[in-house]
Amino acid sequence: MKFLRNTLDKVKHDFEKGGKYEKFYYAFEALETFAFAPNTTAGNKGVQIRDGIDLKRLMMTVIIAMVPCLIFGIFNVGHQHFLATGQAATMMDKFWVGALQVLPIVIVSYGVGLGVEFVFSMIRRHPVNEGYLVTGMLIPLVMPPDIPLWQVAVATIFAVIIGKEAFGGTGMNVVNIALTARAFLYFAYPTQISGEVWAFLPEGAKTVAGYSGATPLAVAAQSSTDGTNVVAALDSFGAGWAEGIYSFSNLFLGAMPGSIGETSTLMCLIGAFILWATGTGSWKIIVSVFAGAWAMGLLLNGLAVNPYMEMPAHYHLVIGGLAFGAVFMATDPVTAAQTETGKWVYGFLIGLFTVLIRVFNPAYPEGIMLAILLMNVFAPLIDYFVVSANKNRRLKRATV
Amino acid sequence: MGKFIRLKKGFDINLAGKAALKISNTEQAETFVIKPDDFHGIYMPKVLVKEGDAVKAGSPLFHDKKNEKIVFTAPVSGEVVEVKRGEKRKLLEIKILADKTVESLSFNKYSVSDLANLGREQTIQQLLSSGAWINLVQRPYGIVADPAETPKSIFISAFDSHPLAPDYSFIYKGQEQFFQAGVDVLKKLTTGPVHVNVHSEREISPVFAQVKNAELNKFSGPHPSGCVGVQIHHLDPINKADVVWTINPAGVIQMGKLFLNGILDTTKVIAVAGSEVSEPQYYKTYAGASVKKFLANNVKSEHVRVISGNVLTGTAVGKEGHLGFYDQMITVIPEGDHHEFLGWITPSASKVSFHRAWGLFSFLNRSKEAVVDSNTHGEPRAFVQTGVFEQVVPMDVLPTHLLKAIIAEDYDDMEALGIYEVIEEDLALCEFVDVSKHNVQSIVREGIDLLANA
Repeated sequence: MKFLRNTLDKVKHDFEKGGKYEKFYYAFEALETFAFAPNTTAGNKGVQIRDGIDLKRLMMTVIIAMVPCLIFGIFNVGHQHFLATGQAATMMDKFWVGALQVLPIVIVSYGVGLGVEFVFSMIRRHPVNEGYLVTGMLIPLVMPPDIPLWQVAVATIFAVIIGKEAFGGTGMNVVNIALTARAFLYFAYPTQISGEVWAFLPEGAKTVAGYSGATPLAVAAQSSTDGTNVVAALDSFGAGWAEGIYSFSNLFLGAMPGSIGETSTLMCLIGAFILWATGTGSWKIIVSVFAGAWAMGLLLNGLAVNPYMEMPAHYHLVIGGLAFGAVFMATDPVTAAQTETGKWVYGFLIGLFTVLIRVFNPAYPEGIMLAILLMNVFAPLIDYFVVSANKNRRLKRATV
Repeated sequence: MGKFIRLKKGFDINLAGKAALKISNTEQAETFVIKPDDFHGIYMPKVLVKEGDAVKAGSPLFHDKKNEKIVFTAPVSGEVVEVKRGEKRKLLEIKILADKTVESLSFNKYSVSDLANLGREQTIQQLLSSGAWINLVQRPYGIVADPAETPKSIFISAFDSHPLAPDYSFIYKGQEQFFQAGVDVLKKLTTGPVHVNVHSEREISPVFAQVKNAELNKFSGPHPSGCVGVQIHHLDPINKADVVWTINPAGVIQMGKLFLNGILDTTKVIAVAGSEVSEPQYYKTYAGASVKKFLANNVKSEHVRVISGNVLTGTAVGKEGHLGFYDQMITVIPEGDHHEFLGWITPSASKVSFHRAWGLFSFLNRSKEAVVDSNTHGEPRAFVQTGVFEQVVPMDVLPTHLLKAIIAEDYDDMEALGIYEVIEEDLALCEFVDVSKHNVQSIVREGIDLLANA
């Protein structure tokens, strides 16, 4: 520790104004503050003591909340692989195969994203903000396990530059960065991010008889077209190779094909609990997204004219990425509504639009991504009304 | 009949080193200063004395060129030893070497019944000429009150909810008569009520409990319930074009003594507290006292920060510094200029935090008295709206939006979002809890100055 500190102190002046490596100051600052919390003290005037929190710790807490999803995701990628190929495998095998597939995606996401961040911090002369620590984990968790690594890299670069830096950097982006990456892939490489990509199947791998990689969302949409009962279709899916894979309980537990980290509602709820207990994510948003989706589901049940509309409302809460989106994407403090009242409206509308898109828009099987991006754009408008109400209360009191 | 207002939002920082309820008999401080920077809204101070002049308590030292009626007078009698100026000859402080026994200029003296019949003009005249006037602070802006204005009400916060703050029922003990006379004086200055606000769960001193001619309101809840701005917001909010005055009980008592005894007596009992003070207790002194004598052989370590005022709104003055004009305490905490290996992630139960994020376990035991140093625990970062400001401001004010309006210099929005209702201290907790380590209080002051000078 002492040695590291001494080394840092020795080279620090090279990075400061007038030093040899002045250009790299913010890169140095990022690494230095990563190793040591700074020795800066409060100013002469104003608060003389500061809260023990900092942005790194806050972001770290969110990452910890994502760990259950990540670990389960790694297991599930392996699990789905062996299910699809019909091979018997131990728990270890599943984790091993999953890790081989998932960890490179995580590494690419962090490596590329942080690289862009560092370059921009040097060009734009602003500190490297820790927001990317969370984004860098979110991106892999919303990728299909089969995604080529170069696509992860391209999507990450696009998201960080266009989604964030173009707007001024951390704290100024309008839309969620991880979802921007996902949306970019969705529209740029539609064939590779839809269809049979939700389980890891290397080229030439043989699948079991009767195998289908359709997700519950696809099954629901298909049965609606066919005019058959959605729940029955989900229950009978996987017959012969994975009995009951889309039963309600398994949909909740999440051992099914899908994006790496978002299949398990249970793991998302554990994450939600961590966010709530540590006060780092807005529980109001999480609750209202679920409430909005459920309410819309019930409404559709009441007006049902096709089998998808008849699907019980609680199914909407466990299929697709709703839970993951509600817990980790919608709660992003930068892009969500910022007023407390606004958060209720914002979350509720995300849930509502998600179900609306799922059920009525055959082009987009999953609605949560587009619903959150849409509400990201509308969040300032929601805030505008809440803030105007506050202003009006003040105005009403005034006599002049 | 006063009101009872329950506040929930806020945060009490429980620090080690509370002052014991006794008054030390250490010898008196030698020097006393008056610093123009302790006051807001002064345009340009014109010095009226020179080094070597003998002054009495109440002798004019300087006045504001913009408003010559507002006179800043000597808090004690003695010799002017220094008129300290900084860059561009800006007046920094006027220092007085105090006499052994303090003498005051004599002012008009009134009996309680005479006082009742005293007119507004005469009252203001005596307050201005003695210098007791500057205890009155005007909202909006938190500036020295303008005698040409008539406030719609006057507010006295009769408890201090800041960390380690002095106990008002102790420091104002036995001042009933003077406090009442001061309230009677204030009543002449306003068309509306004089509000005296106490905390419902603290011992209420008879000084306040028995006050007549004023509304006695009760507040409950954590800090900033004692901030007078928060109290005004709930009792009689400041709207555009409204003027409200505030004053602390020490100022009220000073006014009472001025009229009943005919002298300017700036005596105050201050708390000397904080984890680095060997014997935290109270001291009797005068406004602007040198902190040196209170800390001699009374500080545990060398590397400390000496603060005039409390840890949220105070000023670091150093061991040779002086007490600020409105301050009623000195806080001494460890200086925190040390690195901490992996300090952003290591778990800690001793790091005081409003948050419950990973590793910050102080929330498990809020009753533990903490030693907190001046370290920032992190580096400045971009604004990330986590909703935490809103949890420590018990007012119908949106702090984040107000701060953004200030940074954007958007005058209309600042006004609409309630900048008239706040001064620095009301949002000091935002600065403490801020994840991105912004200087919230100086942002607030910038906004106020923008509007005040518009």
